[in-house]
Amino acid sequence: MAISTTLAAPRTKTAAIGDRGFRWLVTIAGAFVLLALGAAALSMLWGGRAAFAKFGPAFLWSGAWDPIGQQFGALVPIYGTLVTALIAMLIAVPVSFGIAMFLTEVAPRWLRAPIGGAIELLAGIPSIIYGMWGLFVLVPVLAGHVYPWIDAHLGQWPLVGVLFAGPPLGLGMLTAGLVLAIMVIPFIASVMREVFRTVPGRLKESAYALGSTRWEVVWDVVLPYTRSAVIGGIFLGLGRALGETMAVTFVLGNAHDLTASLLMPGNSIAATIANEFAEADSAMYRSSLIALGFVLFLVTFVVLAIARLMLHRLARREGR
Amino acid sequence: MRRMLQLRRNATNLLAQSLAVAATAFGLFWLAWIVWTTLRMGLHALTPALFTQMTPPPGEGGGMLNAFFGSALISLLGIAMGAPIGVLAGTFLAEYAQTPWSARIGAIIRFVNDILLSAPSIVLGLFVYTLVVAPSGHFSALAGAIALGFIVLPVVVRMTDEMLRLVPAQMREAALSLGVPQSKVVLQVLYRASLPGIVTGILLALARISGETAPLLFTALNNQYWSADINAPMANVPVVIFQFAMSPYEQWHALAWAGALVLTLFVLGVSLVARVFVARGHFTHD
Repeated sequence: MAISTTLAAPRTKTAAIGDRGFRWLVTIAGAFVLLALGAAALSMLWGGRAAFAKFGPAFLWSGAWDPIGQQFGALVPIYGTLVTALIAMLIAVPVSFGIAMFLTEVAPRWLRAPIGGAIELLAGIPSIIYGMWGLFVLVPVLAGHVYPWIDAHLGQWPLVGVLFAGPPLGLGMLTAGLVLAIMVIPFIASVMREVFRTVPGRLKESAYALGSTRWEVVWDVVLPYTRSAVIGGIFLGLGRALGETMAVTFVLGNAHDLTASLLMPGNSIAATIANEFAEADSAMYRSSLIALGFVLFLVTFVVLAIARLMLHRLARREGR
Repeated sequence: MRRMLQLRRNATNLLAQSLAVAATAFGLFWLAWIVWTTLRMGLHALTPALFTQMTPPPGEGGGMLNAFFGSALISLLGIAMGAPIGVLAGTFLAEYAQTPWSARIGAIIRFVNDILLSAPSIVLGLFVYTLVVAPSGHFSALAGAIALGFIVLPVVVRMTDEMLRLVPAQMREAALSLGVPQSKVVLQVLYRASLPGIVTGILLALARISGETAPLLFTALNNQYWSADINAPMANVPVVIFQFAMSPYEQWHALAWAGALVLTLFVLGVSLVARVFVARGHFTHD
């Protein structure tokens, strides 16, 4: 693939200048990508400097959110972001694994392409549609039929009961987690399906020849072979769940309260920014919201970096 | 004993396969529900006025003409800014990052690009807010286009990089053996060979930014009236849908659903066209 510079040296002087100019142009464009990410981080650090300077590290664990008294803390949004993403992953990871297993081992061949395509269709739908559907369709169903039952039954259990007790508003952390799960399932499932496909046929055939069942092939051959990439795919979905804005904003309820109950409204970093930024009327308010964005950026950066490293590990073994 | 083991293994296998089928049904169930809702509510509210009238004041009927125009303009500007830089950066990764030193830089750029690819879009909105809106003192369609450009960039970089690397080495060698300089090899041979793939990348980027709401909330903002001034706030479909859906007015809800239907059909249509391009690209490579 590599083209040695001496071989490709142009003959005339003007052609040489053009050639070198193009080389510079593409190099600058490449550097621009690096610059974009660095500038995004720095600009948010700069925009949030007033909040960081005033509240210090306590910004991260202060539960205050008082635009009138000019007191801001990130605890409630951070808590909401983590809890909704956790709920989403608890639902999405096993389901995605099941879908990937179905699409690579269980389903008859003629069924694999159409169902795989349909699942990927789900990934293409804009997130605002998920949000609207969640607010107008899912919330009334949950509030009318599902949450009263959860409150009456699971809410009575010792220890975990406090998570599921509360008025059936429909809006809240559990709803947001469910909508997020529906959103990230196609992402995780398609990554898992892709990596499951990279398992060499002879490995699986050997296992089948020894009398393994399909489940044993998936669990003992496919999964160990693809483990790092599967974790990478899960983290990719987690990164998306943490940063998703519109789907969550519609159904989370926008309440700055720290509650144990998952049925109660809450807030996430992205939803707080989306709801309040355009109306933020003081410099400190705006700075605090940008500081929140910086926190979100850092968290997703770490999660996505882990995802990419894990995915690279399988790719490297594959010799790609 | 052996019989028991056999039975247990078969039972586990059967259970696992049933759960896999159930998981797929679970995924498809939500897809069907969401698509059905969008179709039902959207078709119900779809009127010719949607494409001929402006966004209405609260509680009145109207259309979304200004929003469609704004979205088209902002998205095209975003593509116009993000795609050329993306193609060039992808070219650097695939063709120029070959010496040991620049290959290492190339690996870092690929890594950063992959992160940018899945970075939360609201963060890019905040970035462009501090970069453009705050210094200039006002929201503008241009700021919205820049924010979308940052979403287009990594998609196009990745696609260009991958597509150029798919071009067989013989093509490069054939051109070089004729004494063609490297820039000409890239511009006249490689771009031509990988054009379907690059166009696919740009179409996928278009599909992605058409539905993006979060980065426009505090860059392009919204505008109830017709505006073609890129230095002023401009109406756009996602933000109008957001505003109308969150409002308490029935007519606004109906308009939001109609807009949502048009948006979904457009996004899915563009991704479908993109796939056709990929299929054709692979065909010519073989």
